[in-house]
Amino acid sequence: MAEINILQAGMPSAASERASAPSAVAVARLMLERDLRLAFRKASQLVQPLAFFAMVTTLFPLAITPELTRLRHIASGVLWAAALLSSLLALEFLFRDDAQDGTLEQYALSGRALTGLLSAKTAAHWLLTGLPLALMAPVAAVALGVPGRALPGILASVTLGTVTLSLLGAVGAALTLGVRRAGALLSLLTLPLAIPVLIFGAHATQLAIRGEPYGAPLTLLAALAVFGMTLAPLAAAAAVRINLE
Amino acid sequence: MSELGRLTAHQDYDGPVTGMSEATLRGENLHLWRGERHVLRGVSFTVTSGECLQLTGPNGAGKTSLLRTVCGMSYPEGGRIRWRDRDVNEDLPAFHAEMAYLGHEPPLKGELTGRENLHYWVGVRRRFGQPELGRALERVGAQRWADRPVRTLSAGQKRRIALAGLLLMAVPLWLLDEPTTNLDVEGQRLVGTLIDEHLAAGGLAMAAVHHPLAVSEQGLRRLELGIG
Repeated sequence: MAEINILQAGMPSAASERASAPSAVAVARLMLERDLRLAFRKASQLVQPLAFFAMVTTLFPLAITPELTRLRHIASGVLWAAALLSSLLALEFLFRDDAQDGTLEQYALSGRALTGLLSAKTAAHWLLTGLPLALMAPVAAVALGVPGRALPGILASVTLGTVTLSLLGAVGAALTLGVRRAGALLSLLTLPLAIPVLIFGAHATQLAIRGEPYGAPLTLLAALAVFGMTLAPLAAAAAVRINLE
Repeated sequence: MSELGRLTAHQDYDGPVTGMSEATLRGENLHLWRGERHVLRGVSFTVTSGECLQLTGPNGAGKTSLLRTVCGMSYPEGGRIRWRDRDVNEDLPAFHAEMAYLGHEPPLKGELTGRENLHYWVGVRRRFGQPELGRALERVGAQRWADRPVRTLSAGQKRRIALAGLLLMAVPLWLLDEPTTNLDVEGQRLVGTLIDEHLAAGGLAMAAVHHPLAVSEQGLRRLELGIG
């Protein structure tokens, strides 16, 4: 907010206009609340990625072997591939509905920073898809024979990883806004960028399962998340502006 | 909020207010290309406080393109837009904070009620309370269906909710694309009255129309776009 006030200082009319304008935090909260409310009115979209995650992780024991000792070895890969794919599944709807009904355009024309609004939307998206995935991953891990001591590590790594996936996805979803049936293109665009998350995430999970210290890959995951938080909203806002033209 | 903005927030405006600044929107020699089509060929216009510029022309003449260019959604290949004697591109957010654009479709979420829609749509621009929201809905005759999910409403009812949003934004400049679409006769008169009140309070409007707006002649200006 401080920046805005400084920028506006030269323009008395606009500066006084801001007086009744809600703060950036209030705007972000409003946006978050809106997206959560919308999501709960369309619950099927919420459940879909979770159901997909549950299905994929339960198919492996059926297809490979029900032996827990062997499942344990592939658990990290199964969990991460499933998490990555199911988070992709939910991405298409991130900005699409808002772009179609013209509400996104109104936010772009509201005079408020689009980066902030899109950050809030991405945060809502993570709360609705990333967080449930992170909470479900330990459950799926137990089903794959992973010992209980590894669960905090799995929870932490999937939590951090999904943050980055949501942010990357926001950029991809914004870039493909103008494309009809963008699902395939969106996956093609996002998956390569998500590979570092997959590598470090699976590695952290693997180490946690073996009972070894997993701090290093977890730190890298956190670094990726911070990197994403800094740059992804800027890129997404620029892409949205281009696509609204 | 600017003086202009505060005035337009209330429909029961009576009497002049001191310190009201005049605002002018100017388009200078605008050229816009859409692929191979030269849509706007050197369009110029001026609208000042208290004036409504009515854009007419056949389908495809570039009425919508002109409005979208003015609000900064399309970048013109030539010419510029000036608001309060400054190029709008110098500070686009400041310009956006003073304008409202209503497109063909009312920008509403079908899953939310009319009231919720206005709360989230206009709420990012300015603070307003439930009483003010209620007054705006009442003004456009939408209070009866404001608590129903928008997807259950008719096109005309949605349009009225969008008009309530326009009033709530309380901005000096209105950019309206076919504001009377889907409205009944009484609704079309309402749009005219709302614009008249807006102009009387020192606001500006620019509206693309097929049927002449029911606004008073005083302050009405016309711009006819042709297919080049």
